[in-house]
Amino acid sequence: MKKTTFFGAVAAATMTAGFAAAGTLDDVKAKGFLQCGVSTGLAGFSAADANGNWDGFDVAVCRAVAAAVLGDPQAVKFTPTTGKTRFTALASGEIDILARNTTWTFSRDVDLKFTFVGVNYYDGQGFIVPKELGVSSAKDLDGATVCIQTGTTTELNLADFFRTNNISYEPVPIETNAEALQQYLAGACDTYTTDASGLAASRATFENPEAHTILPEIISKEPLGPLVRHGDDQWADIVRWSLNALIAAEELGVTSANVKESAMQAGNNPEINRLLGTEGNLGEQLGLSADFAKNAIAAGGNYGEIFAKNIGESTPIGLARGLNAQWTDGGLIYSPPFR
Amino acid sequence: MSATTDPPKDGFQLSQLIYDTRYRSMTIQIVALVLFLLGVGWLLNNAAQNLAALGKPLSFGFLGEAAGYDINQKLIEYNNQMSHGRAALVGVLNTLLVAVLGCILATVLGVIIGVLRLSSNWVVARLMTVYIEAFRNVPVLLWIVLTMAIFIESFPAPRAFRGDNASASMSLWDSVALTNRGVYIPKPEMYAGSMIVVVVFLLSIIGIFVFGAWSRKRQEETGQILPNFWIKLAIFFVPALLAYFVLGRPIGLELPELKGFNFQGGIYMRNSLIALTLALGLYTAAFVAENVRAGIMAVSKGQSEAAFALGLSPGRTMNLIILPQALRVIIPPLISQYLNLTKNSSLAIAVGYMDITGTLGGITLNQTGKEMECLLILMGIYLTISLIISSVMNWYNESVKLRER
Repeated sequence: MKKTTFFGAVAAATMTAGFAAAGTLDDVKAKGFLQCGVSTGLAGFSAADANGNWDGFDVAVCRAVAAAVLGDPQAVKFTPTTGKTRFTALASGEIDILARNTTWTFSRDVDLKFTFVGVNYYDGQGFIVPKELGVSSAKDLDGATVCIQTGTTTELNLADFFRTNNISYEPVPIETNAEALQQYLAGACDTYTTDASGLAASRATFENPEAHTILPEIISKEPLGPLVRHGDDQWADIVRWSLNALIAAEELGVTSANVKESAMQAGNNPEINRLLGTEGNLGEQLGLSADFAKNAIAAGGNYGEIFAKNIGESTPIGLARGLNAQWTDGGLIYSPPFR
Repeated sequence: MSATTDPPKDGFQLSQLIYDTRYRSMTIQIVALVLFLLGVGWLLNNAAQNLAALGKPLSFGFLGEAAGYDINQKLIEYNNQMSHGRAALVGVLNTLLVAVLGCILATVLGVIIGVLRLSSNWVVARLMTVYIEAFRNVPVLLWIVLTMAIFIESFPAPRAFRGDNASASMSLWDSVALTNRGVYIPKPEMYAGSMIVVVVFLLSIIGIFVFGAWSRKRQEETGQILPNFWIKLAIFFVPALLAYFVLGRPIGLELPELKGFNFQGGIYMRNSLIALTLALGLYTAAFVAENVRAGIMAVSKGQSEAAFALGLSPGRTMNLIILPQALRVIIPPLISQYLNLTKNSSLAIAVGYMDITGTLGGITLNQTGKEMECLLILMGIYLTISLIISSVMNWYNESVKLRER
């Protein structure tokens, strides 16, 4: 028995040593690419085009991080994950970062041992119904059949909402957004519930978007953001500050158009100088190059540009900035100072 | 006498463990066993250490916490305030339900198809071959998804039944509603006196067995054969129907009715259940049919020739001579088909059927993050169900196998 413990201890020691030595940053640099978990396909947030190129609001976060770390926004490999598989994929180290409209909750942060690095979209859970159903409020949904994506917070919010309002429903659990939409459009469920942004994105892909309406009730708070594993603070910092760089860039008026020029030499705004690495050594402190933020911003533009390009009002998805406006415009998007 | 040498007197030496054939095999086995145990210990230790390093030590406390999610099909009472353990139990029952329904369907269809495949009618035999090859050679997941898609796309949504000029209507004198969410069938409603009808019905089932025994005895004594089937059918229906009408029809039917978003009342069979049962049943039936065919072909031709020579009809030959002998060959592979069906039912989540993989291995796992624990319990549950099925079937096999004297 002594021998067993001995072997086990040796094995465990090697394992933990291996764990501690190879930080995620070194791993990513050694691999030469970032492994990023995204959703299996949600228009505007993460979707692959006909050539297999991923694009979208969540994808842009991965590209910014890849640009910050490796200097190349294309050095990303995407792993499509479902609501059920995403956390296992992240916990097991299969992916380095999960950017899959994932809600920041206490238990995911504390119990599941993940670090949410920030919020890139403030969302809430809503319902979509066909107009011909004549429903104008979620409280009219007594007895309705509701399609839900299984393994998400929406499942729990839904149960809470119907319980508090003392009405009944019939849940139909479904694995992916695409399957849920198929059932919803065939009328196998009366309503489909998920994050309101997701509903808007999905509605844009319908043959006849006008025939469907998103109910006014938002039944939950869903702060969506990228997350990494607990225990590697350096990596968490890198992802956090790459995201913050995009947000600060919008606030400071740095765009993909002028970022190269501004990064050439120090300007007269010290905050921009520190952000773009022409002053101070913020990049070095993170273990990255001085121009990490410049690369991140050059990858797809600042937060506002990414929003407008993928899900903004000029796109078919047509989401207003709302809560996701900069704090200077009355929204919640706010980056701590680069100093 | 003197030619033989005495065995060495000195005691046991360590080298004997390797060089003495009396001990060698024992030594090798013990060494192998120790190495095996060390290997297992290392794996377990490794898993425990790594879970601890991740900050996730093994614990099963989450089973007692409130689940927080709802399940659509529940055979026992359940709501989202009950525990994860209760949700798992609901899932186990759903798994068992689909497994039992699927096994019954697979057996009935499999026997019919297997027999028909041996039919002398060329068209029937070829049709059955096509069926078997088509179902056996396509993954069951595709059949499940296809069945579900057919249900969803081809049946009308409940709202199509509404209004004065509704585009869909209920079948069978307005008693059955076929929708793309499932099938609603009437539910029996029990009024006063209904128990008497039930008791009469149960008595008549006992009566069928009594009659069967009497009829067999009579046949052995006199050689006369009664029209057993028709008499049994009469015993089955007539007394219960008589009691039903004499007591003033104490059992009514609760018909499904469109109320709000869905039909209310009646028995609601969700399309996830139907699609899963059908797909698993049809798929496994193809394998069962091949087992049945193999079993029948294993019975020597002389048996049926002898039966025909005695003047037995083809139907009686099959029922009395061929099938009882074929069963001995059919049962053992049938056990593994039942096990396969039960295990394949874990694909249920593809159609949103909340079996044990969907509840414990799906939502609970995801909400609590206890991957290791959930998967261990899940494996334990499938192992238990499979072992129970195979021990029951082995017991049945014992009872039909050839008694050698």
